Amino acid sequence: MAETRTIEMEVLRYHPESDSAPRFQSYQVPFTPDMSVLQGLQYIKDHLDGSLTFRWSCRMAICGSCGHMVNGVPQLSCHTFLRDYFPAKVRVEPLNHFPILRDLAIDQTDFLTKLESIKPYIIPAEDKPVESGEFLQTPAQLDRFYQFSQCINCLLCYAACPQYGLNSDFIGPGAMALLHRYNADSRDGGRAERMPLVNEEEGVWSCTLVGYCSEVCPKGVNPANAVNQNKVNSALDYFFRFLMPKGGTR
Amino acid sequence: MTVRKPYVRPMASWWRRNPFFMRYMLRELTAPFVAIYALILLVGLVSLSQGEAAYNTWLSALTHPASIVLHWLLLVAITYHAITLWQVIPKTMPPVKLAGRALPERAVTVFGCLATLAVSIAAFLLVKLL
Ligand code: SF4
Ligand code: FES
Repeated sequence: MAETRTIEMEVLRYHPESDSAPRFQSYQVPFTPDMSVLQGLQYIKDHLDGSLTFRWSCRMAICGSCGHMVNGVPQLSCHTFLRDYFPAKVRVEPLNHFPILRDLAIDQTDFLTKLESIKPYIIPAEDKPVESGEFLQTPAQLDRFYQFSQCINCLLCYAACPQYGLNSDFIGPGAMALLHRYNADSRDGGRAERMPLVNEEEGVWSCTLVGYCSEVCPKGVNPANAVNQNKVNSALDYFFRFLMPKGGTR
Repeated sequence: MTVRKPYVRPMASWWRRNPFFMRYMLRELTAPFVAIYALILLVGLVSLSQGEAAYNTWLSALTHPASIVLHWLLLVAITYHAITLWQVIPKTMPPVKLAGRALPERAVTVFGCLATLAVSIAAFLLVKLL
């Protein structure tokens, strides 16, 4: 039997119908060495306080629902273990920079709108009938976007980005990583449609290369790399429009 | 019925909340020191174009104790700036491929720091030996 110890979990609570501002509440949570921070929250909900609200689904770092600030660091709480914080207490807060709806649940609307705006799907350069077969791709071509396609929309990078916190008009690391994922795909022809979003002040140019987004990303997407490679693309796009005023973005 | 009253937490003193942000702020704060040193060198170049007397005045100004203190300060600040900048440089570029394999970011950082050190030592020896 694995030993059971007790850790103090301090959780940010906010109930809009009764609270004017969020407040911390502490719980004593018994845990075994295999228990994640998410399981700690589930213990609270099941045994100590059923009113605690938080999101989760897969429990295996793939759905991207359970992002929280754990001791001030954006983390997937199913991917973070209580034993690593014991004997000190662990403090769980909603992801930074997003409006808090209730307890640990944040409002993701802003990101979802941005995600839609980048056209996160392949826009073929020309229509190809099904009979003509699939789009072929070499391993080298796959390599150019593969890492960026690993994003699970967990929003940890947004919680890590002070520029997004200061100005939420900034498109942000995650959406830009996905924009790049499609622009860098050899099967895609939608670059010209997406470049205006890159070129804006709120596109790549709001980034000051803090780089924390890439540190916290649980999937090795390296969103800072996507944003900063697109500063070069954006500068080239600007330059080429002088040389070829008509459709120079290809 | 559910009440919706989204709460937005303030950003005040955000950079003090995380050591990563403090290091970032320090990197940004040390940027002007690079500009100051470039300016000092530029003044030297201009004085050189104005003849020997002007150039010697610039040289002797550099030996002033205040200038020595300033230069030590510049050395520390620019060293910090160079190292932290090389830490983020790999994030700004496509992966460097060697024999088909992407180099780890660390390799780029270490290479950049060593290159900066080598150029600095070369410049130092050039001034010392000539
Ligand atoms: S880029 Fe990484 S941190 Fe950002 S949303 Fe995607 S998976 Fe999460
Ligand atoms: S619960 Fe799915 S990522 Fe943590």
